[in-house]
Amino acid sequence: MDKETLIAELKAIVKPYAKDEAALANINENTDFINDLKINSANLVDVILDVEEKYNIIIDNESMEKMVNVKAAMEIIESKLA
Amino acid sequence: MGNRVVITGLGVAAPNGVGIPAFTQAIKTGTSGIRHDAQLAELQFSCQIAGKPEVPEELQLRYLDPLELRNFNSNGILYGLIAGIDAWKDAGLPTNDGTDPDWESGVIFGAGSAGVDKLREAIYKVDNLQVRRLGSTVVPQTMASGISAWLGGKLGLGNQVTTNSSACTTGAESVLMAYERIKNGHATRMLAGSTSDAGPYIWGGFDALKVCTYKHNDSPAQGSRPMSATASGFVPGSGAGALLLESLESALERGASIYAEVLGGHVNSGGQRGDGTMTAPNSVAVQRCITQAMAQAGITGQEVDAINGHLTATGKDSLEIENWSIALGRAGLDFPYINALKGMVGHCLSGSGSIELVASVLQLKEGFLFPNINCEDLHPEISAIIDETRVPRALINLDLNIIAKASFGFGDVNACVILKKYING
Repeated sequence: MDKETLIAELKAIVKPYAKDEAALANINENTDFINDLKINSANLVDVILDVEEKYNIIIDNESMEKMVNVKAAMEIIESKLA
Repeated sequence: MGNRVVITGLGVAAPNGVGIPAFTQAIKTGTSGIRHDAQLAELQFSCQIAGKPEVPEELQLRYLDPLELRNFNSNGILYGLIAGIDAWKDAGLPTNDGTDPDWESGVIFGAGSAGVDKLREAIYKVDNLQVRRLGSTVVPQTMASGISAWLGGKLGLGNQVTTNSSACTTGAESVLMAYERIKNGHATRMLAGSTSDAGPYIWGGFDALKVCTYKHNDSPAQGSRPMSATASGFVPGSGAGALLLESLESALERGASIYAEVLGGHVNSGGQRGDGTMTAPNSVAVQRCITQAMAQAGITGQEVDAINGHLTATGKDSLEIENWSIALGRAGLDFPYINALKGMVGHCLSGSGSIELVASVLQLKEGFLFPNINCEDLHPEISAIIDETRVPRALINLDLNIIAKASFGFGDVNACVILKKYING
């Protein structure tokens, strides 16, 4: 899967949780879920569950801790799909 | 003496009306909110009728945003939010869009249990080894203080934010706790109220106790019959009521419209001694609760114009009338008017006290007594104590000065609130 497709899919997943619409519109590899998108930290677990469902993968506790931005999310998804 | 405390806002989500205009209209016209409940029938309940506020999704979206409604499954919190936010707005108070909490405003919003449908969902997932799939929504929807936490956040409240719980006394108790906080100068405004979840997991225990009627599954609107000779148990209900309490000084300063004054009240327990048990009231305690409430409010039994009873439509209604009669020292034609909202909405359990207080305040403000529906055959044990005319069966338009409202609950707990019409000064 190319990067742009993955980012677009991630954008759709985080959309319901993102409070900063401008940041969501400009989502890119360097976007941070909490600092840029203003996602409530409690909602990060929901984002992770939605990612698991979308790609039919299981994200372990250690990966979960790292999944705070688009870049990390992409790496984790790609590694699980590999 | 402390601050005088008045009511400046009301909100309600009741089985026969959501929002103050719809509810006022319903209680004046004696409209029942009791309906047949297909889920209860499917689950083979003895009682297959119930009272549930009607809250379509479009209405839910006025109180919760789409993200909050994602995986939302706690109807008690929904009812409480509707009542609480409506009461706040009804009082003419602004929504707090700033970054600072409103230090002078708090909330005491009671509940009997919280988010039982959500809890059921969570229990199934946990037992299926899916604890990690619970997501972020379980705790705020199932913690006992869920409703006060949601309201506190929506309104930006910075004073006390808490939930009280005392079974069917909860709503009356929350108003008295809020009253005391303002009277003692610890807060300027308190949102007081209570809520009850709807559904089989709340009502099942009562069905099993055989305290709900099984005789009206085909005639729901006639099912809840407080004070009637043919009363056969209560009809389970749900919903929430909310009252915005405020110091008189603050209300006058803001130029707020005042519904009524809280003159005082009392809460106590019969200690499950004497006649009192987990499920039955100790009459000595009930009478004492009423007389102490009047003493605290500085009124005599003669000054009470009307009573809003607890009156559930079980075998205890006659005993309640007897207790009021003894406590007030009044009987026969001298007894005040008395009415029971449960005839229209059923027993809304932890939500009942506050929904009934909202009805009581509306009666004072607008000058009417709502009809006791389903009481065409007043129980002979009641007519032996008080005159039939004291139990209005049709709407009465009448200027009222003082209403006494009591609620009693499992655990042998009681609360009595004394409300007075507010006339300038």
